[in-house]
Amino acid sequence: MMATKALSPKTAVAQPERNKPVTSKAEPVNKQASPNVIQRIRKLFSAGPVMPGESYGAPGHGKSLAISVVTATSLLLLWYIVTAAGWIGPLFLPSPLAVVARFWEILTEGFAGASLLEHTGWSMLRVFGAFALAMLTAIPIGILMGVNRVGRGLFDPIIEFYRPLPPLAYLPLVIIWLGIGETSKIVLIYMAIFAPMALSARAGVRSVAIEQIHAAYSMGASRWQVIRYIILKNALPEILTGMRIGIGFGWTTLVAAEMVAAQAGLGFMVLNAAEFLVTDVVIMGIIMIGIIAYLFDMLMRYAEKTLVPWKGK
Amino acid sequence: MSKLQIHDVSVVYPGLNGGEQVRALSDINFTIEPGEFVVALGASGCGKTTLLSLMAGFISPTEGYLTLGQSQISGLPRVACGIDLRDKIDGPGKERGVVFQKHALLPWLNVIENTEFGLKLQGIGKKERRERATHFLKLVGLEEFHNHPVYQLSGGMQQRVGIARALTNDPKMLLLDEPLGALDALTREVLQELLLDVWKETQKMMFFITHSVEEALFMASRLIIMSPRPGRITHEFKLDFNERFLECRDARKVKSMPDFIAMREEVLGIIHGDEVVGGLH
Repeated sequence: MMATKALSPKTAVAQPERNKPVTSKAEPVNKQASPNVIQRIRKLFSAGPVMPGESYGAPGHGKSLAISVVTATSLLLLWYIVTAAGWIGPLFLPSPLAVVARFWEILTEGFAGASLLEHTGWSMLRVFGAFALAMLTAIPIGILMGVNRVGRGLFDPIIEFYRPLPPLAYLPLVIIWLGIGETSKIVLIYMAIFAPMALSARAGVRSVAIEQIHAAYSMGASRWQVIRYIILKNALPEILTGMRIGIGFGWTTLVAAEMVAAQAGLGFMVLNAAEFLVTDVVIMGIIMIGIIAYLFDMLMRYAEKTLVPWKGK
Repeated sequence: MSKLQIHDVSVVYPGLNGGEQVRALSDINFTIEPGEFVVALGASGCGKTTLLSLMAGFISPTEGYLTLGQSQISGLPRVACGIDLRDKIDGPGKERGVVFQKHALLPWLNVIENTEFGLKLQGIGKKERRERATHFLKLVGLEEFHNHPVYQLSGGMQQRVGIARALTNDPKMLLLDEPLGALDALTREVLQELLLDVWKETQKMMFFITHSVEEALFMASRLIIMSPRPGRITHEFKLDFNERFLECRDARKVKSMPDFIAMREEVLGIIHGDEVVGGLH
């Protein structure tokens, strides 16, 4: 142990011994390690090993994680600096520390009559409930539109008409028809998710290579077998992409859905806080929604990797 | 044994946006006898692939009809011609296996699952499926790759899987649409020999499309040369270079025989004439 430490000071940094005073070894180690640290940093920001054929291949290869981490950290730091220096008033931009403090306060005491868990729970229930309903309906309808001209004729005008409308435009109508309860909120989010999901499923069905269909027919496949074994499998990558796009639309519509007669929810929390100019709660709510949506997207990407490893190959 | 017959077949594609109609095939009369290896050769646009699609049943003729043995593949039934249509097929079917140039394997299945796919469609049990698929994977030299995803295989290996998949279904005939067109020259020669071996062992009818004159002469027991605008069969040759190869097992020797070279020049002359005329349009 002693011999190893003497030979490489780097190991000593990695495993500091508790019985030794920290100050005594910190200084020499830093001096010796400094070129090493620069090298390590350069390595961290390098594009990574170049694959043969990539140096003059399509542009954009290499790792970008370290750069992203630095971007995020710099933004947080900038946020901290401009607020701590008092260049921007807390009404417009509260400091990150205030937001964290507010997060803790709402986590323990709640906001506007509901705990943070309740706000998050209700929003997730609405978005994921609508997402589940959309999965059960939009994917089969999208597939039907792809494989059946009657289905396409029936649903195409409806979807193409309402798809570009902003949810806020038809929110009043949904409330008039379905009331101010939970149904209208879920339906509004559901409608936002439905269109991109159905259209992706349809595009996936249409993307199948004709050779695969022909090959299946000449192996004795029935029309139903072609749909089941060839077309559905082929559509899977685009269906998954459609789910990712769809859930994004769901989160986008959440705040609109919680505008009218909500008692809890992240969107409601943000709107309510905005009315009372509690900007730190607004920012906190935005970050909460962002984090949940990002985590779910990571999950979807993982699902894509395991379910459709052949994608793009 | 059943033969494939093409009776007075024409195919006319309707012109786009009211444009001129395209006569892809005109008055084709042609028979493939059991055990024959027929190769179709011709300039681009001469209707080779249309002819193969007709045999496979992917498209129907505008005029005429096609039969395989006692059953009709497509076209209007002509009972008057004395053909008894006991089991009408109509369209593609498992007695005519097809090997495509590419894109036809299923990337979500591995090698053995692709090979046994046809048997799965017919509801045959897994044990029998695996046995039969393994037999044909051995025949094409891929049995040790049975667990590999197909998208990780080289082009030549993918085509071997395509051939094994078509054979596993035990079709009466094999339709090959430029199956070696996308491969490098060396792999191409290896697979040419493999296909001849398969042909000899299974005695199946083969219909093989190619752009390569040398490949056509080497593989064919009957060579048809097609000409564009409208697509029709202009020349037919009975050949035996494939038999010579199966006897001596030396492809280079067969391909450098004086009569092979003479034949190649003759066929090149025919095709070149078409290409030059085609280029003027």
